[in-house]
Amino acid sequence: MDKTQALLVLALALFSLGLAGVVVRRNLLVMLMSMELMLNGVNLSLVTFANQMGAAEGAVLVFLIFVVAAAEIAIAIPIVLLLARRRHTLDADAYADLKG
Amino acid sequence: MPELAAIALAPLAGFLLNGLLATRLFAHRRGHRFVTLVGCGLPIAAFALTLKAFADLAAGGYAPLSQTLYTWIAIGGVPFEVSFWFDRLTAVMALIVTGVGSLIHVYSVGYMKDDESYARYFAYLNLFLFFMLLLVLGRSLLVLFVGWEGVGLASYLLIGFWFSDPEKAAAGKKAFVVNRIGDAGFLLGMFVLYATLGTLDMDRINAAFLASPGPAVSATLVGILLFVGATGKSAQIPLYVWLPDAMAGPTPVSALIHAATMVTAGVYMVARLSGIYVNAEGASQLVAWIGVLTAFFAATIAVAQHDIKKVLAYSTVSQLGFMFLAAGVGAYGVAVFHLYTHAFFKACLFLGAGSVIHALSGEQDIRKMGGLARRIPVTFATFAVATAAIAGLPPLSGFFSKDEILWFAYASERGGSPWLFAIAALTALMTAFYMFRLLWLVFLGRSRLDHHAAAHVHESPPSMTGVLVVLAILSAAGGFLSIPHVLEPLLPLPGIVAERAGGHVPIVVLSVALGLAGLAGAWWLFGGAGERAARLDGRAQGLRRLLEGKYFVDEFYERLVGRPLVWVSEHVFLRLGDRAVIDGTLHGLAGLAQRTAALMGRVQTGHLHFYAFLALAGLVGALAWSWRHG
Repeated sequence: MDKTQALLVLALALFSLGLAGVVVRRNLLVMLMSMELMLNGVNLSLVTFANQMGAAEGAVLVFLIFVVAAAEIAIAIPIVLLLARRRHTLDADAYADLKG
Repeated sequence: MPELAAIALAPLAGFLLNGLLATRLFAHRRGHRFVTLVGCGLPIAAFALTLKAFADLAAGGYAPLSQTLYTWIAIGGVPFEVSFWFDRLTAVMALIVTGVGSLIHVYSVGYMKDDESYARYFAYLNLFLFFMLLLVLGRSLLVLFVGWEGVGLASYLLIGFWFSDPEKAAAGKKAFVVNRIGDAGFLLGMFVLYATLGTLDMDRINAAFLASPGPAVSATLVGILLFVGATGKSAQIPLYVWLPDAMAGPTPVSALIHAATMVTAGVYMVARLSGIYVNAEGASQLVAWIGVLTAFFAATIAVAQHDIKKVLAYSTVSQLGFMFLAAGVGAYGVAVFHLYTHAFFKACLFLGAGSVIHALSGEQDIRKMGGLARRIPVTFATFAVATAAIAGLPPLSGFFSKDEILWFAYASERGGSPWLFAIAALTALMTAFYMFRLLWLVFLGRSRLDHHAAAHVHESPPSMTGVLVVLAILSAAGGFLSIPHVLEPLLPLPGIVAERAGGHVPIVVLSVALGLAGLAGAWWLFGGAGERAARLDGRAQGLRRLLEGKYFVDEFYERLVGRPLVWVSEHVFLRLGDRAVIDGTLHGLAGLAQRTAALMGRVQTGHLHFYAFLALAGLVGALAWSWRHG
């Protein structure tokens, strides 16, 4: 197994862990962290591929994702804060008001 | 350019003025005078214009006048023109319509003066006159048909004039529906004519049928289809049932529309299209037999009716039957002659009945009248003259026309037969009988009025009695103007079967004898205290009930057509068609969407994890699929 393969396996592991975290965990903050984990898994795969191809586009895309992730967290954290202030809980199941 | 259009447009202007302005702008007195002036003035103007047109016609040696107003539509190069045609027949009809029409308008001023819808009444009456003149003056069958439908509309509006009474409104609807049935036949006849000849101008149609070789269409077929329309409009078997109910309208309306003018439109149409009927032996036979049977049965019904207007209504049906009998045996001029005399005496009778009803504050049952002769002498005198005229006593007008009809029914070589004559003669006898019965029960004998009514009996105002006198004079003297002779260049009389040629004098004698016999019979039965009539009544209960019930034709139609139609409407169209199919489809679609939504809604749990799980499952599924198919 060469270095590229190992990095890709790591990226996959990060993404899968993040996905599992989003699906399994009930704490909203942990779910947000898991999402960051997924993004970072993607970032890692992008960097790896960019390195392999010897092209810069992949690395540039990573910066874009950083910006988007930062913005997303900047909005998500206040929302979670407001929710927590209302119901005094971070349990995602407490917020099932959109039931069809 | 002769001004024919103005004749028809004058009453239209009256309708618009009264209908749009008077019903809104003015209330009470001033408006009243305006309505009277417009409502009576414009029909009289139309009469004057008709006289002028007649003078023009005579000055031009009776060459038909025509005026094309404009081209209505052109289909495939064939223009449908709104054009008017004025020949001898039109002249006679237009003079009757505007003349009698004007008289009845004047009469209405007194009769309707206390009605709250005075302006509406005159507006409708003028509208009727407009459509009737369109019918009479139209050159094309299409224009005639517009008038034909228009008079139907006006008739409907006027029968249901007091529409707050449901029974009267229902009578209006009945007239409308029954007429539509006839119109279906009329329309089919027009379609056939247009498809074969490519024109609907009646002079051209006549010319085409009279030419040899004739057009490639059976004259009998066209004749029968058009006659179906005539049975509706002119109240013949089997569509006569609407006319007696039409008496729900104001009495002057009964006189104008349902006796003197509109109901004779069918006779006019047959006479106008005589070119077709001359060549249609079968159709003519049908016309003659329907006519004579209608005359006979309506006369038998009239014998047993108790409502003064119902008696006159059945008498109208019966007299229309006489006109069709004449038309059916080829004597079109004689049919128009009877139409002309009938317009006078029947208008006089109806207006006289109106005067009686007016005097008795609305009473119409002849069992509650009697002895009115001295209380309302002018009405009595005019009514008696008109009664004698319709009974065919010489030298009054009805004698001349009815005698000619009997003569041609017997001797015409176009289908005259002793049988037609026998039934017609019997009908003439009954006509005299029931009319004198009416005269006796209303005006002579002992008074059967209740005290309240008796105290209020009064003669009608001069505007009404004056009209009665004029009409009585016309019904007395009208027969001396021989219409068949006037019309002969246009509507030649049929030849006479040689071996029956000697029958004319005996028939004249017989017809006078029949009139006198009817008079004598009525006198004998109803003279004095009427105990003979009561005894006869006791002996022939069943017959009386049958006649009083009008042979139960209305009930029969109700069973045969009315109820099945209601059943089909209710069960097939409403429940199956409307509710099950149309509503069902819509409700079904809505229900389907609702149920699907309920099912899909269960997925929307609101739990974030479930959504994330679904996303995961989708992702895995998509990956697996692309793996398999990659």
